[in-house]
Amino acid sequence: MRLEPRAHAPLAIRLLAPVGAVVAALALCALLVAWTGAPVLRAYGLLVEGALGSRFALTETLTRATPLILTGLAAAVAFRAKLWNIGAEGQLYMGALAAVVLGGELLNLPAWAVLPLALIGGALAGGVTLLGPAVLKVRFGVDEVVTTLLLNFVVLLLVSMLLEGALKDPMGMGWPQSAPVVEAAELPKLVARTRLHFGLLLALALAVILWLIDTRTIWGYENRAVGANPRAAAFAGMPVTRVMLRTALLSGGLAGLAGAAEVCGLKGYLTLDLSPGFGYSGIVVAMLAQLHPLGVVGAAVFIAGIFVGADAMSRAMPVPNYIADVLVATSLLCMLVAGLLARYRLRRS
Amino acid sequence: MEIVDILLSAAFWTAVLRIATPYVLGTLGELVCERAGVLNLGIEGIMTLGAMAGWMAVYQGGDLWTGVLVAAGCGALMGLLHAVLTVPLGLSQHVTGIGITLLGTSLSYYVYRLVLPQASTPPTIAPFQPLDLPGALAQTPLTYLALLLAGAVAYVLYRTPVGLAVRMVGENPAAAEAQGLSVTGVRIGAVMAGSALMALAGAFLTLSAFNAFFFNMVNGRGWICIALVVFASWRPGKALLGALLFAAFDAFQLRLQQIAGGVLPYQVFLMLPYLLSILALVLVARRASYPRALMIPYRKGER
Repeated sequence: MRLEPRAHAPLAIRLLAPVGAVVAALALCALLVAWTGAPVLRAYGLLVEGALGSRFALTETLTRATPLILTGLAAAVAFRAKLWNIGAEGQLYMGALAAVVLGGELLNLPAWAVLPLALIGGALAGGVTLLGPAVLKVRFGVDEVVTTLLLNFVVLLLVSMLLEGALKDPMGMGWPQSAPVVEAAELPKLVARTRLHFGLLLALALAVILWLIDTRTIWGYENRAVGANPRAAAFAGMPVTRVMLRTALLSGGLAGLAGAAEVCGLKGYLTLDLSPGFGYSGIVVAMLAQLHPLGVVGAAVFIAGIFVGADAMSRAMPVPNYIADVLVATSLLCMLVAGLLARYRLRRS
Repeated sequence: MEIVDILLSAAFWTAVLRIATPYVLGTLGELVCERAGVLNLGIEGIMTLGAMAGWMAVYQGGDLWTGVLVAAGCGALMGLLHAVLTVPLGLSQHVTGIGITLLGTSLSYYVYRLVLPQASTPPTIAPFQPLDLPGALAQTPLTYLALLLAGAVAYVLYRTPVGLAVRMVGENPAAAEAQGLSVTGVRIGAVMAGSALMALAGAFLTLSAFNAFFFNMVNGRGWICIALVVFASWRPGKALLGALLFAAFDAFQLRLQQIAGGVLPYQVFLMLPYLLSILALVLVARRASYPRALMIPYRKGER
């Protein structure tokens, strides 16, 4: 038996791969659910109901999906250019930090400008955070995986320091949280009396724009070429270093925007638990989508549904809600295998 | 002068050896994997799993050494998973490693919450006690085990046929294959052994350094180990040295925090180890002589 590359993977197979991976992950995690003694099918039923079963559940899932679309896009654009950005979590917090500063009462920016500035500033802060490791990579050959990972911890400590120092909310009863952003810096709600905000539309628009850039412009062509084979791209006269740095700004910017949108659209202020690992889940989203910008949207809604649904399920059953994290991790590993099967076929030799 | 006092005190060096232990074990584990040509980014999750599994085995009534064995076994199993996905299947070592980390971490939290559904204060066990020796030598057995293992790994890598095989599949797998070695087999074995060491690093945290399991207790130590491997240019002796240096720095900043804590926020001190790791990477990156086949999957007959 040996693996043989497929000359051409049909769309049906590419669409089937994530479905197969998710089914396999659900089957594997069923063992963990069964271990608790809870009925597996009812548990999964409650999970689906908790994620999609009502208008409230649906808006919660989409609210949760908003940052995941953005961090998923961040991972997808970076991984396409073989820039291993594992630091989306840190970039997200830098974006959130910029948003609370620009949107706060301290600067008191004009009302019409404060929201766009907070979002753009957030994206810039995230982009610049990734630019550092990217420069170290192209200039000194420092592996960006480790530097981006380590920066996540540095950024969290920086946020913690500011929340207990300069940015601490005087009305916060001593909690390490920032003062809320001004009303003009808040993203409007998409559906009244829910938490769903305009950030979702922003994320969707960016997914479409990135897809168009990817398929219709020289920029996207260069990105893909550099990702596929940087040496060949350099021989073809493409500015490999510039493509890398531009990808870093874009990827970090998307993650930063995720943080800014969480602050302006959902929380209103910054705490240390703003993100339950959106940066890391974004990697899973991107892989499930096979790095396709439009696929990211579907994958993000799916992952968000698992998290929201598992919370609801664990309230009704003795299954810890960490099952969601296990499911997400298992889906990632299953997706890697499914992706392999989509790209290769088994041949008897 | 206070700084000199710190460096001369036995308590300081006791702390250095204690802090260094998980870094020594984790760095050795990562080093073994990478010498065989496989980057193992699962280290953070494998350490978490080792910490949880070792602690849980003792909490359920096993003795401490049983806990150590259980942790090592769990680590080896995670290593097997990582190796099967990255070696025969040749999947991306970056993404698979992140997947292993996510799986190891989430599985640990899931099992912990399942067994202890509403423990607000984490239950404790009776951990390893320091040996009855004078001064900085009063360490727990696991610290001595870590120091012994550094020697053992160096010996096996450079003085035995097994070590030669491991280094060969990491440098030139085609040549190893021509010698009649199974590249796949050697790599899988090395990753399993390395992952077992990583799990021991985690188990040290719950069985020796503390007496309970906390969420986020590994706290980036695994990623620092990866930086230390590069810093050590993939040599066990230098890895031991690097881990001790790093621990000395960490112990020093903890004491500095007590002296200068009023002037600077404590987070600045906590950032230093991470920034130091990045700096170390930048300094050695130019002349890093990494294993030639690192991160390159090997398929028989493919060039």
